[in-house]
Amino acid sequence: MTRTPLFANRSVLIVLLVLALFTVFVTLASQATGFGWISTSFVKTLGKTLCLCLIAIAMDVVWGYCGILSLGHFAFFGIGGYAVGMWLMYARTEQIVAGSLAGQALPATPEEISAAIGTQIFGVVGSSEFPPIWAFAHSLPLQLLAVVIVPGLLALVFGWLAFRSRVTGVYLSILTQAMTLALALYLFQNDSGLRGNNGLSGLQNIPGLDAWGQDWISIVFFWASALALGLGYLLFSWVVSGKMGSVIRAIRDDEARVRFLGYHVESYKLFVFTITAMVAAVAGALYYPQAGIINPAEIAPIASIYLAVWVAIGGRGRLYGAAIGAVFVSLASSWFTGGGAPDIDLGFYKLVWTDWWLVLLGLSFVAVTLFFPQGIGGLFDFVAVKRQGDFGPDDGSWRSEEGEAK
Amino acid sequence: MTTLLEVSGVSVTFDGFRAINNLSISIGEPELRAVIGPNGAGKTTFMDIITGKTKPDSGHVLWGEKSLNLLGMSESRIAREGIGRKFQKPTVFEAQTVRENLAMALRNDRGPFDVLFYKRSQRDSTRILELAEEIGLLDQLARKAGELSHGQKQWLEIGMLLAQDPRLLLVDEPAAGMTPAEREQTTDLLKRAAETRAVVVVEHDMEFVRRLNCKVTVLHEGSVLAEGSLDHVTKNPEVIEVYLGR
Repeated sequence: MTRTPLFANRSVLIVLLVLALFTVFVTLASQATGFGWISTSFVKTLGKTLCLCLIAIAMDVVWGYCGILSLGHFAFFGIGGYAVGMWLMYARTEQIVAGSLAGQALPATPEEISAAIGTQIFGVVGSSEFPPIWAFAHSLPLQLLAVVIVPGLLALVFGWLAFRSRVTGVYLSILTQAMTLALALYLFQNDSGLRGNNGLSGLQNIPGLDAWGQDWISIVFFWASALALGLGYLLFSWVVSGKMGSVIRAIRDDEARVRFLGYHVESYKLFVFTITAMVAAVAGALYYPQAGIINPAEIAPIASIYLAVWVAIGGRGRLYGAAIGAVFVSLASSWFTGGGAPDIDLGFYKLVWTDWWLVLLGLSFVAVTLFFPQGIGGLFDFVAVKRQGDFGPDDGSWRSEEGEAK
Repeated sequence: MTTLLEVSGVSVTFDGFRAINNLSISIGEPELRAVIGPNGAGKTTFMDIITGKTKPDSGHVLWGEKSLNLLGMSESRIAREGIGRKFQKPTVFEAQTVRENLAMALRNDRGPFDVLFYKRSQRDSTRILELAEEIGLLDQLARKAGELSHGQKQWLEIGMLLAQDPRLLLVDEPAAGMTPAEREQTTDLLKRAAETRAVVVVEHDMEFVRRLNCKVTVLHEGSVLAEGSLDHVTKNPEVIEVYLGR
């Protein structure tokens, strides 16, 4: 089949169904809308995990399908977070400042309010001036636009320069890593205009929604994350199906050959790189209000490397694999590092998981790469093969199309 | 027969080694042309230059009625102008089905958004079936290209070339690794293709060239040594010395 209709691919329906059921379950279990079986902070953890799934499937499209091992996609995720965080921080500080100035005999002028907001936000970095980068921070629609436009433009320019020079393979990975490192180092500076290493904080407080408790805010963000993941999954399933999928997988396998077929390979890579960067940024914009704080360490290269590890462990080249990898590794990570896993006393040495988790993760990454390159998602192939029946030598070595389903 | 491709005075040097030395060849449309020559004669480099993979140091490569200069164009642009290439080693996309391979090569708009919103038309489906029939892979359409035999991969690649509907086909050693029966079919296929377009075949195998029964260009040390019918060039003492005599 050249073009698999989107829904003929059963995995898309299954994933969306699982996501819907999961959302219903969490809604019923949450404190705001359900029976309160799970804590608000756990709802936030689950919502954040869905955002990580979204960036993981974006990573899978760019790496697993198009063969570009980008070690910089967390930079786009972070930019999305910063873009929405600027509005959150500005609007909330404005509320607080307006409240405290309201008690004065003379009403405060707009300049005074602006200066007071500036002092509040930038006091930690010894400044009270609004840097130019905050020009649109007062406007939610503009900042939301910035969530997709800024990373999109960055990806477009960076990708154009890199792909046009035919930088590929490990060199491209290094280049993307350099990009994210440069961005992180820039943001660490106090005069970057984004509060240096303090980052943006208090993002969990949504201005205008003070009447809502965190329990409600958490479930609303969870819904939004689930919706974004569902839509992102549909979008990417559509992109990687049909002829587009065929061309980008061909680019992964032999880009020179694709060029001689008349396809402008660089445009395709640029398209995939940019669209995944934009989706990564949307994921970040939903993630950080749930996390409450964003700082430049989030953009550090290690985050993007983790992303590659999730996708590798979950299974490259299948979208649900990437999502499973993100869920599995990030939940395991918070279990091990959060003290959930019991320490093992070996007598001569006490194995403390908070220290040893990274070793365990590293070993499982190596093990998956060496022995099980399909990743966790590959387990589903066993199920699928069983369903299609037996094609062993006894039945005349049938191919899967010929055999009868059991 | 009008001139389709005009290569004139092209030279290219790799690290001091002159791979192509003041080479001039012109190909008509339609025409079947065999290019032969010993190893290192510059046969593959000649194809690399035409398809834009290698940029020559000097010379011109002019294309078509408007005499477009191919040297400034990217590989993909040259392919869209109507030059198709088959590599020595069969290069098909092994992880994809025969049908997907052919569909990708079909002559359609090549922009990312054209491809993203592409809908398979009845015309394209029919064309794929026709091509599959022509290359003898009609019952293999749903198979992964990687499962095909070596000869079948060669044909699939030729099928992909035909799907591109190029005006000029560059074919690098099509008969390598084929059985005698497969060779015969390949010769017929190339001859049929050359009825309507220009086909340039680079080949080592003299028997194969003889069966093509066409004009032959002998390359040696990056330039044309002799040109004419196979019988004519094989009588040329220089050709005998550098190539056949060994």
